[in-house]
Amino acid sequence: MASSLRELRQRRKSVSATKKITKAMELIAASKVIKAQQAGTRALPYTRELNRAVSALATHSANLEHPLTTRSHRPRRAALLILTSDRGMNGAFNANVYKVAARMRARLEDQGVEIKRYIVGRKGIGYMKFREIPMEQTWEGFSDAPTFAHAHEIADVLIKDFLTPYEEGGVDEIHAVYTRMESMLTQSPRVRRLLPLEVVEGVSELGEHDHIPQYDFEPDAETVLDEVMPVYVRSRVWFYLLQSAASILASQQRAMKSATDNANQLIESLTREANQARQAEITQEITEIVGGASALAESSAQD
Amino acid sequence: MALDSSPLRVEVVSADGLIWEGDAESVIARTTEGDLGIMSHHEPFFGVLVPSAVEVLSTEGRREIIAVDGGFISVAENRVSLLNAYARLAGEIDQAAAEQQLNEAQLALEKGDVSTETMQKYHRASAQVRAAQKAAGRH
Repeated sequence: MASSLRELRQRRKSVSATKKITKAMELIAASKVIKAQQAGTRALPYTRELNRAVSALATHSANLEHPLTTRSHRPRRAALLILTSDRGMNGAFNANVYKVAARMRARLEDQGVEIKRYIVGRKGIGYMKFREIPMEQTWEGFSDAPTFAHAHEIADVLIKDFLTPYEEGGVDEIHAVYTRMESMLTQSPRVRRLLPLEVVEGVSELGEHDHIPQYDFEPDAETVLDEVMPVYVRSRVWFYLLQSAASILASQQRAMKSATDNANQLIESLTREANQARQAEITQEITEIVGGASALAESSAQD
Repeated sequence: MALDSSPLRVEVVSADGLIWEGDAESVIARTTEGDLGIMSHHEPFFGVLVPSAVEVLSTEGRREIIAVDGGFISVAENRVSLLNAYARLAGEIDQAAAEQQLNEAQLALEKGDVSTETMQKYHRASAQVRAAQKAAGRH
């Protein structure tokens, strides 16, 4: 009985220590998620202005014939950019991303499309490596605080791959799996086609600025298009990175909050059990003393 | 659109947020075709910028210099947007650091490293140095 009491107290102590850690992680994630959301908001004007520009270009030249917007009739190889986290402790965040990525992969493979994977985040790299799934290129170390330079680098690799002909190992389509930050409570993984660009999407996103002025282009619409398209792709990747970063931190905060709650519950029930064990021990001791005393009294009465 | 004397609304946007925003008398930017001055009620225009220092003459009479390493300028409805992922205000540029980066990039270029990364570094640094010099010149 005594050992069990000690054990219970020990377990309660270790759960308390864990709780301290999860509580700290929750608070850190909470402060970081605000920063990540602010970074997302700061990037908005850039994305908005670019969307406007691309929409203007799209309306200007109705039959937009640019390599980055031309769709292959029968895609044979596609790239999948999967944005995962560097660290765990964020609940089902990565599992949800894998699920969506797997669905996309199944859909592509049904169409007979070969797949090349580009992974961001240490967790995703580990996942793929463990399953011996080949990866084309990976990036890690910035999943919860990306900078534009990262987006730039990733986008340029993807664009290069897209512009390489199929015969030389290029891809016909690029899809991105990222996690959209709907709110602090909901983050949903999404698949979006990154390339060829859907310019129509840009127009519908425009919303209130429905009428677009007739721009004068310098030097000319085609050159401008050549310059805008890669920048637009970069800004898309940037947007996805920022969304995923905020989502990672929000999921982490939630996961750590429920871990802390669980620890609290566990501590409570362990305390009850320990108290019970202690009480039982005391009761037993009393019974033993009383028993011993009455045995002594009985034996001395007989004398 | 009546010919009122409303000033230009200028927004300088980088990937990390709004760099500068305000009313301006005019904007001078360098596009691939050459220097371009924009004043109030300019016709809708969209141009590709080259690495350079953009000047914005604000309505308060201040001259804002912004280093851009490319990007775009779009003018519509009396609004000017300067779009460059790495745009920076001249006042926030550390000239010594920019010059050092420029030197590094130049050395790399001379060694035959013509990767896009080096080129970008070179353009960015040269634009920043130019902007810093321009800003220093007015005092």
